[in-house]
Amino acid sequence: MADQAHFADQAMEHMPALYNAALRMTRNPADAEDLLQETYLKAYRGFGSFTEGTNLRAWLYRILTNSYINSYRAKQRRPDEQELDEVEDHYFYNRLGGLEAARQSRSAEDELMDTITDSEVKAALEDLPENFRLPVLLADVDGFSYKEIAEILDIPMGTVMSRLHRGRKGLEKRLYDFAVSRGITDPVDAV
Amino acid sequence: MAEGDCNDSLAELYTFLDGELTDDKRVEIRQHLDDCSPCLERFDFQAELKAVISQKCREEVPQELRDRIARSLGIEADSDA
Repeated sequence: MADQAHFADQAMEHMPALYNAALRMTRNPADAEDLLQETYLKAYRGFGSFTEGTNLRAWLYRILTNSYINSYRAKQRRPDEQELDEVEDHYFYNRLGGLEAARQSRSAEDELMDTITDSEVKAALEDLPENFRLPVLLADVDGFSYKEIAEILDIPMGTVMSRLHRGRKGLEKRLYDFAVSRGITDPVDAV
Repeated sequence: MAEGDCNDSLAELYTFLDGELTDDKRVEIRQHLDDCSPCLERFDFQAELKAVISQKCREEVPQELRDRIARSLGIEADSDA
């Protein structure tokens, strides 16, 4: 049994990570703020059911995710999941040969990474269909394990892995398309 | 390097980068990467991309929102008393 009086001491430090997850989920700062506030209120009220010493971060993310799914999902456009199946594995890497910067050397490849901007990563994440966006967020941004993601999203681990796989392909394609649109490369087929 | 080793390693690329492999399997893949520069380059690229995704788009919580949340919890705590 966790004591409500200790809630603020333990839960507030997770706010920056939860806020960024909320932003990527809702894709809208006003909704993200409401979602975060709702999450903290629910967590505070339900803190008695949290077992002290277990994974508080995962517990908070589960509340965030459930609140998002219940309150905000309906507002969003239907995602096109089919598109992701048409994207090949390692989409970006397979086209590096066409990138002027990366053709030269390994350090140039690092420079290419440096040219990827915050807003491109944001847009690439936010453009993913939701079923894929949440696992990618939880794994790549928040560093949760497959098992934790399965518990947070209440889906089997095999589903986590396949959605991550497809989601990451979609993410790579978007990031590559941004590199093309910045003129770093002409569009090329995979080498 | 046998092509089968490359395929086996690439099949585990994400589980490797995500830290989800058993120690034995991890060692096996590390050994393959030591011997196979094409696979190593591919793994490096994906590892860097994963790092970029995790480092970018970290926005600070607006102070006004922090205050709003602290207030909403505080008010509730007071009314419980």
